[in-house]
Amino acid sequence: MLDVKDRIYVNLHGHDDWKLAGARKRGDWDNTKAILKLGREKIVKEIIDSGLRGRGGAGFSTGLKWSFMPKEEGPLPHYLVINGDESEPGTCKDREVLRHEPHKIVEGALLASFAIGAHVAYIYIRGEYYNEAKRLQIAIDEAYDARLIGKNACGSGWDFDFYIHQGAGAYICGEETAQLESLEGKKGQPRLKPPFPAGKGLYGCPTTINNVESISVTPTIMRKSAVWFSSIGRKNNTGPKLMAISGHIQTPCVFEEALGLPLKEIIERHGGGVRGGWDNLLAVIPGGTSMPMLNKEVCETVIMDFDGMRDAGSGLGTAGIVVMDQSTDLIQAIARISQFYKHESCGQCTPCREGSNWVLKVMQRMTEGRAEIEEIDMLMDVTKHIETTTICAMGMSVAWPVQALIRNFRPMMEQRIMDYKKTHGGVIQVQVPAAAPVLG
Amino acid sequence: MVKVIVDGIPVDVPNGSSVLQACEKAGKEIPRFCYHEKLSVAGNCRMCMVEVVGSRKPLVSSCTQPVMNGIEIRTDSEMVRAARRSTIELLLINHPLDCPICDQGGECDLQDQTLGYGRDCSRFRDKKRAVTDKYLGPLVRTVMTRCIQCTRCVRFMNEIAGTAELGGIYRGTNLEITPYLEQAIYSELSGNLIDVCPVGALTAKPTAFRFRSWELKNTDSIDVVDALGTNITLQVRGSEVLRILPRRNDDVNEFWLSDKGRFSLDGLKRRRLDRPWIRQNGKLVESNWDDALQFVVDKLKSSKKERIGAIAGNLCDVESMFALKNLINKLGSDNLDCRQDSAYYDTSYRGHYVFNSTLNGIDEADALLIIGSFPRQESPVLNARIRKRWLSLTEQFPIAFIGEFLDNLTYKVDNLGDDPTLIHDLLQNKLLFNETLNNAKKPMIILGHGALIRNDAKIIFEKTLALAQKIGAISDDWNGFNILHHAASRVGGLDIEFYPKNKSLDTISMLEKGNIDLLWLLDADEIDLTQLSADCFVIYQGHHGDRSAERADIILPGATYTEKSGTYVNTEGRIQRSFRAVFPPGDAKEDWQIISLIAQSMNIELPYTNIYELRGCLAKTYPVFKSMGVDKNKMCSSIKNSEKNIKKQPLRSIISDYFLTNSISRASLTMQECSKARHANLTTKAAE
Repeated sequence: MLDVKDRIYVNLHGHDDWKLAGARKRGDWDNTKAILKLGREKIVKEIIDSGLRGRGGAGFSTGLKWSFMPKEEGPLPHYLVINGDESEPGTCKDREVLRHEPHKIVEGALLASFAIGAHVAYIYIRGEYYNEAKRLQIAIDEAYDARLIGKNACGSGWDFDFYIHQGAGAYICGEETAQLESLEGKKGQPRLKPPFPAGKGLYGCPTTINNVESISVTPTIMRKSAVWFSSIGRKNNTGPKLMAISGHIQTPCVFEEALGLPLKEIIERHGGGVRGGWDNLLAVIPGGTSMPMLNKEVCETVIMDFDGMRDAGSGLGTAGIVVMDQSTDLIQAIARISQFYKHESCGQCTPCREGSNWVLKVMQRMTEGRAEIEEIDMLMDVTKHIETTTICAMGMSVAWPVQALIRNFRPMMEQRIMDYKKTHGGVIQVQVPAAAPVLG
Repeated sequence: MVKVIVDGIPVDVPNGSSVLQACEKAGKEIPRFCYHEKLSVAGNCRMCMVEVVGSRKPLVSSCTQPVMNGIEIRTDSEMVRAARRSTIELLLINHPLDCPICDQGGECDLQDQTLGYGRDCSRFRDKKRAVTDKYLGPLVRTVMTRCIQCTRCVRFMNEIAGTAELGGIYRGTNLEITPYLEQAIYSELSGNLIDVCPVGALTAKPTAFRFRSWELKNTDSIDVVDALGTNITLQVRGSEVLRILPRRNDDVNEFWLSDKGRFSLDGLKRRRLDRPWIRQNGKLVESNWDDALQFVVDKLKSSKKERIGAIAGNLCDVESMFALKNLINKLGSDNLDCRQDSAYYDTSYRGHYVFNSTLNGIDEADALLIIGSFPRQESPVLNARIRKRWLSLTEQFPIAFIGEFLDNLTYKVDNLGDDPTLIHDLLQNKLLFNETLNNAKKPMIILGHGALIRNDAKIIFEKTLALAQKIGAISDDWNGFNILHHAASRVGGLDIEFYPKNKSLDTISMLEKGNIDLLWLLDADEIDLTQLSADCFVIYQGHHGDRSAERADIILPGATYTEKSGTYVNTEGRIQRSFRAVFPPGDAKEDWQIISLIAQSMNIELPYTNIYELRGCLAKTYPVFKSMGVDKNKMCSSIKNSEKNIKKQPLRSIISDYFLTNSISRASLTMQECSKARHANLTTKAAE
């Protein structure tokens, strides 16, 4: 349970003034110059020591990512790109930061840019966050006027410019390299890695891409020290984290909580419990819809952090918890998720382009039960392939929800198919063997 | 070098190679759709997956993965096979299984790789996607439902052709490759789209449904529609050339072929001269060889020797020009010219009339000045080579242009204008571009026929050569002085001295009224015969009933480049040989044979009786023909700078319509259609 004094986003719910004056009262922009005076290495080291793991979903160490940037600025400028393209269904944590704590982002951007040697930072905000982008722009303007950013930011001698770029509503532009393409004015399609952005990123220059939350917690870590940050949570899973909870619970909300707490406690405390009591729980998607769902037994004990979720066969992702009770048609729910990913596939590589469509079509039939039992195995096989062969992580997003459904609720799917056969005359289609013999 | 183990075979590959290249070096076949050697790596088909042993993510796409020292790669493990199987299965989900009615059948990558790597049945039971077909002009037929979105075509247009007219719209499974506007593709290289497309989405429109690839027999040949000497394969069924494909030659054309070279093949069958014709009472009458030969012999015997002349056209092979030159010389005349456009060349050194840098040299050059040439129309493949160099990220490639700027050259040029007196300014270090040229280590100058066909061509040539020497373009290891030719026969003609010497008549004088009594035209159609006096006897030896045949008094039917084995010298001075794919139609004969027959009838002894002896004789007379390929050419070390000045008269382009430049393409319906489409395209562009 996160202590009130340890909360980073004090104004998360917007009860207070979000502008510069209010932010200053909450401690933002407090002697930022002194932090910058520590120098690049010290800031990066402090962030590494804090154990901050990227808040965008993959959970890679933020400080380590910064340390990959070239130490000396070569002929090419460095760039910081902040990923505010929060499009994962079930997730809306960055939105609260954008509209209620925008100065944390601006200050964090300055610190991070300084730490990676960038004079320019871009924030890519999803197009739907129109009002949020407007607020952030006001915050940026305030910071410019107060000489906190711009030429000689905070009197530190470091020049720093901050620009907003608004997306046009493509989920895939939240993928870091697709975001760079989109920023460059091209079609948002993920790039091939290697080269990684730290070597060749935006406009071919060294670039670091961080989530809004990762960036906005850095000023607080620098002020309160890495020791404080790493004292919260478990080993390797440190710090408070913004989470969102939605679905069949009493109080859907965005909240800040320490990592390492049991999922059940979080649902009870912040969500007000499952609708109709804990026993009415059917499944939980712990980290945005792309993460595999957990069944009730696992939910009893699972720890809500990166490693806890990984051990349970899922992932923390963006920590957007979706709770589903017994009234949910899980197959239909997953089919709907499949539809989302089919719609958002960029179409660049074969497995995702063709596979997401195929998975959706089969899932839609599964919803009715108009399928064969063998097709469940086929679905597993196909999603396994999609997962391992795509260019970006979208393949996993397509595959994992379906795989988790099969893993956890296969009897339900089989029952649906048998029921359909019963009501529709039980015509058995020509069976395709699960492991069809292959030539060669 | 990096050591890599592929399926147990150790191979050394250069640093920065891809895993795919390493596998190929080890002799392993890696299936692929999107990867193409001359295009950027897209890595989107996911067909070329291989296993990297011990990696965290063992399955990698081999085309995108750089090799690392000591990695072990497996190309045939169960994991790799399963990945390939699944990728094929996924690709076939939305690909129609209409191979029997698909023009790509038999040469389709998807078909072949499905057989080799796919599963034996599909598990997909739902409905397939369909995509509306797109209009890409008269050359490329589209069946977009078959598209597997490998984006090779998009990358080809963006990178090689340089006209970004294709792209993908929509996303996910709805992704479509489209030209955005329903307009003919504005490129001279669009035919290569058909080659790069791995499936039947883009196929040849003019020859659609005419043949299957396995019915065709291949013959190596050389393209003659421009002076680049593109290596081609003539594909023949029976007595008909059904398709022309580029043949890979990294020194010349890489993988590419111009549209004119590829699609003017229907012109090979139309308007052909298949028997001799003799003009009687003002009308051409069908005849036979005996009569025609007798007629020619009589005429030749009765003509005064100094009043006999011969002009060779743009499509001639060296052998026929050589035979004609021998014959005319033996008759006692030296009125020979292979320059229909009366261009000026300094023939004192071979280096003065060829493209000395060679095409590979373009890749090394670091500055370029184009004078009086528009390479995009005169040699589209060469233009693509310049663009390739310009695109290269390693170094800048500044290009300046003096001449008539017709359209987008597909690379950025500093357009200095069409005033040739700018060469004076360049010589006097007056222009900004001088600095670039002076700083360049390997500067290039391309001098085109827009400058060389002018009256003051000699002055322009000398000043340009002086400029080349001044900027250090000519040194021991680099020669940046280039003439860009547009006629396939020109360099060969100059090599065998098929031009007037001393006081002999050149093209212009021959065509003037009353200068000669007998004019022998060897495939020469791009000349103005209206000035010729009415009593001048014209022998037209050629293959098409084109412009000159109308004026001819006798027509001797010859062979096109597909119907004879011939030697061609391209603009670089590269000597290449083509082979006969089909026989000439009707009574038509190979050109050197016709000349040889006439010589025999006149009891003039030519020192050869077959093509091999002819070539031997040719090599003996002109040692440059001793071996194939390209050699370094001699240049004059000290050129005297002409005192005279270049006239301030704008440079003009030599090509008015790219698609209709020779008798074959003028006879081609496809080329006429292209010309119309291009015209319509330009009109709408102008209206915008």
